[in-house]
Amino acid sequence: MTKSIVLAVNGTKKTINVDPEEPLLYVLREEFGLNGPKFGCGLHQCGSCLVLANGQSSYTCRIPCSDFEGKKIETIEGLSKKGKLHSLQQSFFEVQAAQCGYCVNGMLISALELLRKNPNPNNHEIREALNKVICRCGTHSRFIKAVKKAADSQSKF
Amino acid sequence: MKISKVDRRAFLKTTGHLLIGFNLFPLVNCSPYEEDSNLTKPYNGIPVRPHAGKDLIDSWIRLDAEGHVTVLTGKKELGQGIRTALIQIAADELEVDIKRCHIINGDTGQTANEGYTSGSNSIEGSGIAIRQAAAEVKFFLLQLASEKLQAPYENLMVKDGWITSPDKKKTSYWDLVNGAYYEKSITGKAQILDINKHKYVGKPIPREDILHLVKGDAHFVHDLRLPGMVHARVLHPPSYGAKLISIDSTAVRALTGVLKLLIDGSFIAVIAEREYQALKAWEKLKEVTVWEKPTINPVPDRLFADMRSKTQKPEIIQETPNISKQLTISPIRLKSVYQRPYQMHGSAGPSCALAKWENDQLTVWSPTQGVYPLQATLADLFQMDSEKIRCIGIPGSGCYGHNGADDVSAEAALIAKHLPGKHVRLQWMREDEHQWEPYGSAMIMELEAGVSKEGLIQVWDSKIWSDSHSTRPRGEAGHFVSARHLGNPFPFRKGGFSGGAYRNATPLYDIPDVRLQLFNYDGPLRSSALRGLGAYANIFALESFIDELAKASGVDPFTFRIHNLKDERAIAVLEKLKEKTKWNALERSKNKGYGIAFAKYKNSAAYFAVMVEVEKITEKEAFKLKRMIGVIEAGQCINPDGLINQTEGGMIQSASWTLMESIKYDEKGILSKDWNSYPILRANDIPGVEVHVINRPELPPLGAGEAAQGPVAAAIANAVFDCTGTRVRELPITAEKVER
Ligand code: FES
Ligand code: FES
Repeated sequence: MTKSIVLAVNGTKKTINVDPEEPLLYVLREEFGLNGPKFGCGLHQCGSCLVLANGQSSYTCRIPCSDFEGKKIETIEGLSKKGKLHSLQQSFFEVQAAQCGYCVNGMLISALELLRKNPNPNNHEIREALNKVICRCGTHSRFIKAVKKAADSQSKF
Repeated sequence: MKISKVDRRAFLKTTGHLLIGFNLFPLVNCSPYEEDSNLTKPYNGIPVRPHAGKDLIDSWIRLDAEGHVTVLTGKKELGQGIRTALIQIAADELEVDIKRCHIINGDTGQTANEGYTSGSNSIEGSGIAIRQAAAEVKFFLLQLASEKLQAPYENLMVKDGWITSPDKKKTSYWDLVNGAYYEKSITGKAQILDINKHKYVGKPIPREDILHLVKGDAHFVHDLRLPGMVHARVLHPPSYGAKLISIDSTAVRALTGVLKLLIDGSFIAVIAEREYQALKAWEKLKEVTVWEKPTINPVPDRLFADMRSKTQKPEIIQETPNISKQLTISPIRLKSVYQRPYQMHGSAGPSCALAKWENDQLTVWSPTQGVYPLQATLADLFQMDSEKIRCIGIPGSGCYGHNGADDVSAEAALIAKHLPGKHVRLQWMREDEHQWEPYGSAMIMELEAGVSKEGLIQVWDSKIWSDSHSTRPRGEAGHFVSARHLGNPFPFRKGGFSGGAYRNATPLYDIPDVRLQLFNYDGPLRSSALRGLGAYANIFALESFIDELAKASGVDPFTFRIHNLKDERAIAVLEKLKEKTKWNALERSKNKGYGIAFAKYKNSAAYFAVMVEVEKITEKEAFKLKRMIGVIEAGQCINPDGLINQTEGGMIQSASWTLMESIKYDEKGILSKDWNSYPILRANDIPGVEVHVINRPELPPLGAGEAAQGPVAAAIANAVFDCTGTRVRELPITAEKVER
């Protein structure tokens, strides 16, 4: 049973006809053509599928897309403005914080949520924020460093 | 579609083009990037074109008249940064700006057959081939330039592809190749550029793909969207060897969007229009299938005993004549047994592949580590000519060896066969990956050694029990797990024993009498290559045992190792570690423990030494990993930041294996089906990590991607012993195993 649903993703509203039970992840990938949020476990265990919904990091692999109606959804695709990288993306690049990169979406989203609430996090708070995201390549120490670097850059998040 | 060398030459001649460089419209039916696909397209300069043998320059390097350079490699990008490293090598050798360079990797339609991207071989293999090919291109073009500019070859200057003669006349690579036809072989005569002239090699050139990753650009095979693409899921059997008894498929077929349900023996797959529809059908399938399940035997508590009792005569890998005698006469003698459970690759993103059949030809977009072995094995699966199969490598989630990548590719092809003309995308579920990937084998290492009064190791005797460390597909379809589930199943013949199992089992230390025996064990779980193969467990055992011997001899662990080594490079790595860790000035309180370990990977690749610091935190926690400091030497270092990144990653991954990981299963099946039942290290528990590089630009580059795995495990064990007094010889090293 499809239904028409309005979703606001990265500042653009779009009406889609979709099974309202369909988890947001598939809608973002199939209807919005996004690649940032990814399937990792479908179990709320790995953070690959994270987006920000009203500023809160939210899993999208199980939660129906209809639950996100009326919320402001942000993905990493929406971060860079006018071709210029967001300062968090910039510091990830400068630190070369990725190996395979599958977890980078979850790491960026978790870090962004943290930095907006707490622009000067300590090491412990950074780890705590990134803890929900699985990284199998062991790039954690670079992610931690990149978040610290972004915080030190005094940018607005 | 591979075309033969003769056809290719004829084709190129008739179109009036050339081989080292040119602009040519693509061979239309060869394009991997079908129209409207969303992955980065190759820029127009370089046409898609099959390679025709490793001895031809253009199998590795191509130039075009517009100033682009294309580097080709059969090796895959696995997140190890190989693309950047190979481009650095080519740009330097050609003396061109790195921005001109572009790389194509792993495509049976285009790149040379370089087997698997494994064993830390890529820089040693592909890197050296590309370097030579680039040198040959320059050598050849400079000869042309010398004629054109009427100046002696030796007096020409090259800068970013522009060639200047002493009297300031100019030409460029691009002018020289414009409109010409050159097909040149690698002569081996071209001189390699002096290392002092390197602009890129040895520098931390950033990986451009990280820019795409942070922006969320399409990058992974998971992100590939091809026209009219449909989605599939496979319902794997509930456990090894399970047989489908019955299925009531009405409810599944009735679901919205379901296009096809496939049941072939015990291989069940569903295709739907949308991914979510395929997922729902998969969930439903679980409810409507009935299986007959054989039990798994032995279960974990009987595993190690079973390994010993079920194996018979060992393979003698190495044996010096005096070994038995020496074992009885050394003044200090020790014997210890170490064990490693099954552990998994656990890729963050489950395996995914796309396939399409058209006119009896198959194209597969795959995250495999080896496009050619995959092609050959698909040819066996479909009993067809491999020339009709094209395998295009696209990055997947990090694999660290043989994970589900090949299996998912074969399954996508099996499914797509039932919908010719359609691009079928198959993605595994988390439980598919956890349950069906081939694990790193469980192992037993029994070591015995004797040391002289002077602290010199006199004798070393090892026995190893292990299942296979390589069941990768190499032409036999039974190596794809689902090929065994078909109505007409393909047999699985394991083979591939030995080699990987005793990797690094022979100490690099200078020991007069050595014996190494291997007991091949056919274990209960599916196993194959996991980063480092047997080296991880062998070095864990060997370097833990060295620590025990050093203790028994009353010698400091650095001193003990250095005294027993002859290899100067090994000693240099240890000396550097000692200096970087300030070993002699470390805080030695009762709550802190330090351990070191060292290995030269495969005894032929990179040198790596590491120190680990653990701390007693609370009674409950027993100990916590605080810091890891590593020193790596991989000969000539192509990209120091890439080397450090990969080494840090290897250290953290190994720490996770070592502290937490063990596959849970019982007789009914695998229990480690997700991240809760198979937890791995997360950000909260990551220790401080520091890596130092010793660069030896004058020496050949050595493979480094797996160098950290074994030493980190042993250094943790040694540090835990130092801190708590408990010697844990069975992985993982958990708090429960430490006496309090
Ligand atoms: S995919 Fe959503 S948490 Fe893993
Ligand atoms: S970089 Fe590969 S999973 Fe994190």
